[in-house]
Amino acid sequence: MRLINIKPGRPLAVFLALLPFAAVFIAYAVGSEIRLAANPSDKLLPAPSTIGETAMRLMTEPDRRSGRILFWHDTWASLKRLGLGIGISALFGMIIGLLIGILPLIRSFLAQFVAVLSMIPPLALLPILFIIFGLGELSKVVLIVVGTLPFIIRDLSQRTLEIPQELLVKAQTLGASSGVIALRVALPQVMPRLIQAVRLSLGPAWLFLIAAEAIASDLGLGYRIFLVRRFLAMDVILTYVIWITILAFLIDWLLRWTARRFFPWAEDGL
Amino acid sequence: MSFVTVTDVFQSYGRRPIIERINVSIDEGEFISIVGASGCGKSTFLRLLLAQERPMRGEISIDGAPPAREPGLDRGIVFQRYSVFPHLTVRENVVAGECLRTRWGRFFGAERKAARARADEVLARCGLDHVAGQYPATLSGGMQQRLAIGQALAAKPRVLLLDEPFGALDPGTRLSMHDFLQDLRAETGMTVFMVTHDLEEAFKLGDRVLVFDKHRWDPHDPNAYGATITYDFDARDGGIPFQTLQEDTNVFHAT
Repeated sequence: MRLINIKPGRPLAVFLALLPFAAVFIAYAVGSEIRLAANPSDKLLPAPSTIGETAMRLMTEPDRRSGRILFWHDTWASLKRLGLGIGISALFGMIIGLLIGILPLIRSFLAQFVAVLSMIPPLALLPILFIIFGLGELSKVVLIVVGTLPFIIRDLSQRTLEIPQELLVKAQTLGASSGVIALRVALPQVMPRLIQAVRLSLGPAWLFLIAAEAIASDLGLGYRIFLVRRFLAMDVILTYVIWITILAFLIDWLLRWTARRFFPWAEDGL
Repeated sequence: MSFVTVTDVFQSYGRRPIIERINVSIDEGEFISIVGASGCGKSTFLRLLLAQERPMRGEISIDGAPPAREPGLDRGIVFQRYSVFPHLTVRENVVAGECLRTRWGRFFGAERKAARARADEVLARCGLDHVAGQYPATLSGGMQQRLAIGQALAAKPRVLLLDEPFGALDPGTRLSMHDFLQDLRAETGMTVFMVTHDLEEAFKLGDRVLVFDKHRWDPHDPNAYGATITYDFDARDGGIPFQTLQEDTNVFHAT
């Protein structure tokens, strides 16, 4: 039997899916064990149990100076910036992308401009953003918007252009105006694609968020990681990295669920 | 009085002529089948009728109105594929035939209820009432085409254009679609243009069969000339109206 025709059953599939996670964990535990055996005060690879204890401490014990549980405040601050940035990108990306896709006039006007804009490396703009918008929340949100908006616009305008011409002609023969075609024919069809574009943008968005927080902030997940780096506090860093990964995964899952729930007709596109 | 008048229509893409010197006039309520080889401008002619494109020369007018500049309510269209909206349920697709022309593209309240009731009637007529709540992607090809025709008719166009509507269907489904279309036509008496590859279908359904072909052919440059209407058959009564005429006039009827 050919390899391409061998499909795992349910139990084997679950086992195979869990295998890489287990392998990484075991490799880490063994490495940590070896280093700690040689030097009990080694900080580079803290034992998994130490990370667990640190995580518990971070999540439950308030900071001695401020009396706040910094872990949750960091999470809230970062999620707020991320949500705001991605939300603004999604909103404007949808509007501009739809306009570019559906109106030839706007396409001639903006498509090339957006294509050029999207080539600017957003992190190179970060100093400019700090200078213009200051070191507060605004510059971080703007960085995420600058980093993700051009991609969303290009993706959405492309998807709008991919709507079969037949459907647009059909809508016209049913008497629809340009506005009705945009709102009732094109928009619903690109909405699932918007969610896909946002899912794809989340990776870069996290990157820009953590970069901005690492450079100038006083709260946030990225800020904390770069702060405790000075103390070689690997247990804290690893806790935060795992937490960020879990958050990113949950947001992705939530978006996919939303797309499936509200756009059941787009099954094959998701 | 002719209803659809096509006067001296030329169309070319770039330097390549597609159709040339099309002159034809069609009465209201006629069913016109358009046949011809691939690449002979049948679909181009249909797009011109639809006003999706405008001819280089000549003009097409419906009921004496000035030539249309873009597709509109007076011409309905059913394509071979992509004729129904994938994001609307079957019932909403039929409602869309009426509501897209409104300012916001949807009905509210009592109007919405009435439109849904009318849509259900159309669906029952098309034999689709049992799938009213489903999305078109779950329907078979024949059901999707029935839905597309129902949707086009819900908008009550003056001319219905069909672009190889049954080309992707299996022979059995195709026959039942013929019956469906003939019934609808008997009810509405609408003017229909249908492009098809199937000669039998063209003669079975059509009152007239227009054949598109190139009347001049340059073997060194096959694209040098466009196609035009080379035959215009009367297809009523199985294509033998003349004999019927004789029967009617020369045979004594005992009534």
